[in-house]
Amino acid sequence: MIDEKLVPLLMALADDELVLGYRDSEWTGIAPLLEEDVALSSMAQDEIGHARMFYEMVSGILDKSPDSIALGREPSGFHHCRLVERPRGDWAYSMARQFLYDAADGVRLEMLTRSTHKPLALGVAKVIREEKYHRMHGESWIGKLAHGTDESHRRLEAALLQLWPDLPGFFEPVEGEAELVKAGVLPEPFSALLPRWWQVVEPVLARHGLHGPNLGLNAFSDHSGYGGREGRHSEDFVKLWNEMTLVYGVDPEAVW
Amino acid sequence: MVAPVARPHALREDRAWTLLQEVKDPEIPTVSVLELGLIRSVKQGPAAILVELMPTFLGCPAIEAMQQMIREQLAELGTIDVKLVTDEPWTTSRITEQGREKLRCSGFAPPPRGDSLELHVLQPHARCPYCDSSDTMLESSFGPTLCRAVHYCKACRSPFEQFKAI
Repeated sequence: MIDEKLVPLLMALADDELVLGYRDSEWTGIAPLLEEDVALSSMAQDEIGHARMFYEMVSGILDKSPDSIALGREPSGFHHCRLVERPRGDWAYSMARQFLYDAADGVRLEMLTRSTHKPLALGVAKVIREEKYHRMHGESWIGKLAHGTDESHRRLEAALLQLWPDLPGFFEPVEGEAELVKAGVLPEPFSALLPRWWQVVEPVLARHGLHGPNLGLNAFSDHSGYGGREGRHSEDFVKLWNEMTLVYGVDPEAVW
Repeated sequence: MVAPVARPHALREDRAWTLLQEVKDPEIPTVSVLELGLIRSVKQGPAAILVELMPTFLGCPAIEAMQQMIREQLAELGTIDVKLVTDEPWTTSRITEQGREKLRCSGFAPPPRGDSLELHVLQPHARCPYCDSSDTMLESSFGPTLCRAVHYCKACRSPFEQFKAI
């Protein structure tokens, strides 16, 4: 398999983590509890670290620096899913997104450990060890908000409903997916992960009384939340992009 | 008598390992990169000594500082190439016994033993590094650095940190 064919996949993986990392970092200094300020800042650092590993892999293929790959692109050159680019919202929204994303990322990483592209399979094994702390964190907040006060429960439900239409976009195919599947770089198409994601999410929602007709696989409409993997993003991302590339854009050649 | 196999680079590699003992973790300066098990290999190549460094967490901001410190510490041996390993996860089981002891003496509980992919390993009753009690609770999995979690000892009423199992 020609390495260049791997680029869209690696970029999708990297961009998801980079953009979510930026969103997490927006809580630095303003999270509702000191411990959570530290937690979100740490998770942001983790996600950006994971993104860096994937950008390094791209860097080896395209012979460009990881920084220029990450930040030297127009918004339409990013391949993250729309789910991660939405503004952080309230605490319930950020926690619900983290929980739903981590569950999806978890089944994706598990699949990638079976990739025929060895550097990828071995690299994600490292990421899995770090992500388990994020999963524990997200799950515990689903419980805390669901059983906290009427307001926290109401906010959590509202967040889940708001997030739902964006979720299928996580599983949107990447460019050249059929070929990647054929070569075993992707052991399965991304759409095959959706039921496994639900197997992880459903029991947690059910346990906390968050089950409903509008929160389930049947509530997804076809291709809802799609576009991100093709570089079609919302206005939300354009604003974020302006911010996250501001310093880089001042002097892309600067040595730090 | 059989002559020993010539290992022309062995002396230089041995010297590198000795020098590496003096490179400390910038975030926990009592413990060396060797005691933390962060060095996978040291090899004399044609133009440089290649040191393979395993990051604790991929987002660890000390990685670049450690690469720099290793290059400086080994400078007497010529060009040093410090490569980051991502094809094998560093895990806390790589920390040596001496490293665990030094962590404890510095006020950090060493990481729990066992495979950190097992969930029960992650939420242990860490032993307090001050009073040795196990009557402790995990306050937060996220501490001052990515590799440390915050606990509280109910016996001596001290907060303390534990190196996270990974």
